[in-house]
Amino acid sequence: MQRILDHPILGPLPEEEKVTIYVDGEPVEARKGEMIAAALMATGKPYFRKTVKRHEPRSIFCGIGRCTDCVMTVNGTPNVRTCVTAVEEGMVIETQMGFGDWGGKR
Amino acid sequence: MDNHNETEGRLKTTGAASLAELHATKEYILPDERMHHPVAVIECIEAIPCNPCETACPVHAITVGSEITNLPVIDIETCTGCGLCVAACPGLAIYLKQKNYTKDLSFIAFPFEYLPLPEAGQTINMVNRYGQVVCEGTVIKVVTIKRFNRTAIIHASYPVEQYEHVVNMQRLAID
Amino acid sequence: MMERDIVVIGSGPAGLCAAIEAAEAGAKVLLVDENAKPGGQLFKQIHKFFGSREHSAGVRGIDIGTLLLQKAEELDIEVWLNTEACGIFDQDKVWVVRDKSTSLTIHAKRIILATGANENVVNFPGWTLPGVMGAGAAQTMINIHRVLPGRKILMIGSGNVGVIVSYQLLQAGAQVKAVVEAAPQLGGYGVHTAKVRRAGVPFYTGHTVLEAHGTDHVESAVIVKLDAAWKPIAGTEFSVDVDTICIAAGLTPAVELAFGAGCRSVNSPVLGGLVPWHDESMRTSIPSIYIAGDVSGVEEASTAMEEGRMAGLSAAHSLGYLEASRYRSRFEAINHNLLALRSGMFGQKRRDAKEAIMAARKG
Repeated sequence: MQRILDHPILGPLPEEEKVTIYVDGEPVEARKGEMIAAALMATGKPYFRKTVKRHEPRSIFCGIGRCTDCVMTVNGTPNVRTCVTAVEEGMVIETQMGFGDWGGKR
Repeated sequence: MDNHNETEGRLKTTGAASLAELHATKEYILPDERMHHPVAVIECIEAIPCNPCETACPVHAITVGSEITNLPVIDIETCTGCGLCVAACPGLAIYLKQKNYTKDLSFIAFPFEYLPLPEAGQTINMVNRYGQVVCEGTVIKVVTIKRFNRTAIIHASYPVEQYEHVVNMQRLAID
Repeated sequence: MMERDIVVIGSGPAGLCAAIEAAEAGAKVLLVDENAKPGGQLFKQIHKFFGSREHSAGVRGIDIGTLLLQKAEELDIEVWLNTEACGIFDQDKVWVVRDKSTSLTIHAKRIILATGANENVVNFPGWTLPGVMGAGAAQTMINIHRVLPGRKILMIGSGNVGVIVSYQLLQAGAQVKAVVEAAPQLGGYGVHTAKVRRAGVPFYTGHTVLEAHGTDHVESAVIVKLDAAWKPIAGTEFSVDVDTICIAAGLTPAVELAFGAGCRSVNSPVLGGLVPWHDESMRTSIPSIYIAGDVSGVEEASTAMEEGRMAGLSAAHSLGYLEASRYRSRFEAINHNLLALRSGMFGQKRRDAKEAIMAARKG
């Protein structure tokens, strides 16, 4: 949705090195060390995956690595909890369909 | 019977205490025109375990006592209006008031933790306990000293007719 | 096998205080946490805490967290981050996986479980839509990650979590369209509801969310009034234009490790459901296992910190690290602080519930 650039208690958003991640093939700028889910939410990405049977959209729910609602395919590995996995330069992130592709690293 | 647009209601249904509820407690003391400087007004009417107002007061005008769930009681004769309790209160439930700051204007100094902050001289919308704009006010100064720990204290004047109703200001960035 | 006096699992307010108290007593402590950073949920508590000076009242949670981390560092406490505790066996062995790759078992003379709690959900048609999330998740997004989960928020639940997160969403620049509470009365402290209300946020008691609408994300929510039996009243529905629905419906203690280890359970509805039985010293039915914080019954960060201190103190004492008189005086001081936090119109029922747990048969 948007980054909170200034905050009455937390102050201005600190400067941070940028990394580029690739979300469904598109380059996205993220803050080094931040969680994938935060970077994606900052871009306004509406959903992170679709369910197996009914293809319903899902996104973050608990935000602290408990519920697994926010899982995506990261660098070819499906079911990675994006709310507790930090971005890395060049990371390839894909909206996951169903259980994801377990065919190994691509 | 929706309670969202009531202007009077109960703390436990509308979120804000009504004047009737406040007046029913002996701890809510609104200084009248006989007071010639601002003093603290405390709107803390539930027995929660908390006493920073008492420990923050340099002149011991606020008493909670050994049971920290006691309601704070202020001695407005002793209160100097320094405002340390306003920033110390974790519930943001204290402000300073003076009825006759001038002949037609009342004074309030209230806690404010939103951005942007107003500036001295700025006209602001004053709100009542229900968030309704009841009048305009003028900012006298904005205090953001380190001791207040990121709670700004806004000093403002506003029409005396709204003396008791005004408790804070409308946020400046509302979209 | 690697051996430590005390292994503390979870580095939130309870775990940090437990580790500090035990290390101060002289015990060799290992603190493990599955996350990349210590502090648990403390660093998203940006408001000033209640209590008295002994409870760090008036200090913001985030600053208390920083002070505790400094203290842990001064005491040279061993901290393993990115370390998942997977199980406890033989009452004194903790199986952990470090960095998702290294599996190892630690012999712990004492174990302190400070595993916290998980947010409860409320089910309604549309609750799985993106944009529906725990209030704690929204709080993590705004205060830790500095990203707004949405612009127009509906909050379900008016307990302290619901109203505090509502206030913090306003501080972060979002609009809070309404706070909905199914009960006839608001649950949170009046001072919290008052600051949200004077910011213009309406409260709807005796209302609930009927359904959420949207295709790929929440676009609106339907609110309905409830009758005395908490059944929706037909014809009272109205729609609110929101992109985010936050659920603040309480928490459930994260008891998996405790019960997996064989700790006896007690049901405490007031404190979130099944919790491990424990005594005043925070010892469970397994003498080598202690608990502290929300896993022992959901309360607040301030109580979690005191319970952590109690567990750390008692575990260290049981290993012979404190002489009886020193233990007794510290025990009394911590207990005094706990009782103060469990008093008054909100605290008394938590105190009663705690006493009921302790009074239950040890089994």
